Amino acid sequence: MNIVVLVKLVPDLVEELEIDSSGATLDTTFMRMIINEPDEHALEQAIILKEREGGEVTVLGPAIEDIDGVLFTAFAKGSDRLIKLVDGFELEVNNHALARAFTSVIRELNPDLVLTGVQAHNDLDGSLGPLVAEYLGMSYVGYVSGVTSSGDKLTVRKEYPGGLIGEMEVAIPAVLGIQSAEQPPRYVAISKVRQAMKTATIDEQTLTELDPSGGPTVSQMFQPQVGERAEMIEGDIDQIAAKLVELFGDLGVV
Amino acid sequence: MGDNIYVVIEHLQGQVSEISYVMLAAGRALASGIGGELVAILLGHQAQNLAGDLAADRVLYMDDPALAEFTPDAYQLALAELIKTDTPRAVLLGDTSVGAEVAGALSVRLEIPLVSRCSSVHAKEGTPKFVSQICGGKIMAEGDLPGPTALVTMVPGDFKAEEGQSDQPAEVTSIPAPSFDDLKVTLKQYIEPEVGDVDISTEPILIAVGRGIQQEANLELAEELAAALGGTICASRPVVDQGWLPISRLVGKSGKSVKPKLFLAIGISGAPEHVEAVTGSETIIAINTDPAAPIFDIAKYGANVDLFELVPALTEQLQGS
Repeated sequence: MNIVVLVKLVPDLVEELEIDSSGATLDTTFMRMIINEPDEHALEQAIILKEREGGEVTVLGPAIEDIDGVLFTAFAKGSDRLIKLVDGFELEVNNHALARAFTSVIRELNPDLVLTGVQAHNDLDGSLGPLVAEYLGMSYVGYVSGVTSSGDKLTVRKEYPGGLIGEMEVAIPAVLGIQSAEQPPRYVAISKVRQAMKTATIDEQTLTELDPSGGPTVSQMFQPQVGERAEMIEGDIDQIAAKLVELFGDLGVV
Repeated sequence: MGDNIYVVIEHLQGQVSEISYVMLAAGRALASGIGGELVAILLGHQAQNLAGDLAADRVLYMDDPALAEFTPDAYQLALAELIKTDTPRAVLLGDTSVGAEVAGALSVRLEIPLVSRCSSVHAKEGTPKFVSQICGGKIMAEGDLPGPTALVTMVPGDFKAEEGQSDQPAEVTSIPAPSFDDLKVTLKQYIEPEVGDVDISTEPILIAVGRGIQQEANLELAEELAAALGGTICASRPVVDQGWLPISRLVGKSGKSVKPKLFLAIGISGAPEHVEAVTGSETIIAINTDPAAPIFDIAKYGANVDLFELVPALTEQLQGS
């Protein structure tokens, strides 16, 4: 099976986020970008499918910050081909623009299956998968946590609220939005990534123009204002623990 | 037509999802702010009874065997023609495993804008506005709702489900279904969540672990605390995705909603997908090293310390008490 995995980079939420002086966008000066976590699951699912059924995995991402590191890591994990889209990308590119850009490259690759993370925490104009699927004229199923293939059909497990799973049959070619891979994303040693940097090549595809139409315009960003934040318990560790035990008593749980 | 607000009702296994009522409440705020009607769109098969408590001005009901259960391409076909013909000002769908994929496809197919993760839609001096909750709940993004018709996917937030319910049934009009030949996605079966494990949605004391627990081996700390407290372990998405706990212990959007007496959140940042499932708890206490973690916005009490120091100390004191 010929699989394309789409990856996107998103702000690392471990770092503090700042809003820039315009008030309408994030300040990117010190922002660290990392691979979107569900995209790691999409990559893992692709490699699992390849190991099980043969084929090739191509990983495609926009040339933002450390995309090379992300792609070389994907190679070290077992993907075969790496492509980055260069030019015109700003950190805050919207998904409609990204989907249009990905689509032209994906068409050339003529895949059976396109996998991407079901969502990213900074999606403001929908998630990437359904947009790409519709541009490609393929079916889409999202919130997927398991894929098996038989002939020209896939059976996927789609998650619904409350732990309910819908088992769906999807004709290929198709795009799937992966929530979680069948197994946790594999760990790869840094030495293997270094080796990939020496042996693998990243193909570059140059884009002429990005078209963001279809997304909203943000006029203002702000940190959520909360009515009442938690009452913080202060003190050293033993004092905090004692206070919590007292609270548990007040709540009638101990 | 141009000022009407359409709400696509989500239902699963014969039950209207809570987000549908939340969207009706949000849609009402927007519709009254711009002088339009609030219209509920119900797609299904022999499902007209689901329209009974929808707080809408009217209900448009489309019946077809292909709509008996949700599949993305049947819903897309059903809605595409309707939206194109009626041109409502906005179409609200859930930012869920139902609404999100329908909205994306419709945005491209109909060439109309899409705004996702909205916790609010409303009007300010007659202008429709959106507020989206992004970056794990750390940032809110606000703007004018794009036109002429905007697709909006909504998360629970500013509106209460009760406000979207009514004991006075709205008028239901049947509308014709398109042809559903050649669907590429079909539902084979539903698989119910595994039983045998505990049902966290009814447990009175929950100890919830998140990404901050770092490694599977560290779960033991939480388990010891749970044993000392007489509580049950549950988790947020990252822990379940690592395979450290089964999906039956997942609290969040794809997992269970919980309503314990005590919800003790350990190393959980409080992403919106998690928060929406814990707000029914009587008391939330959060332990996190990040003072800006959104979990402290919903917790009653918090401790801004390292869980690896506090949890063992807490267990020891409970064992000694």
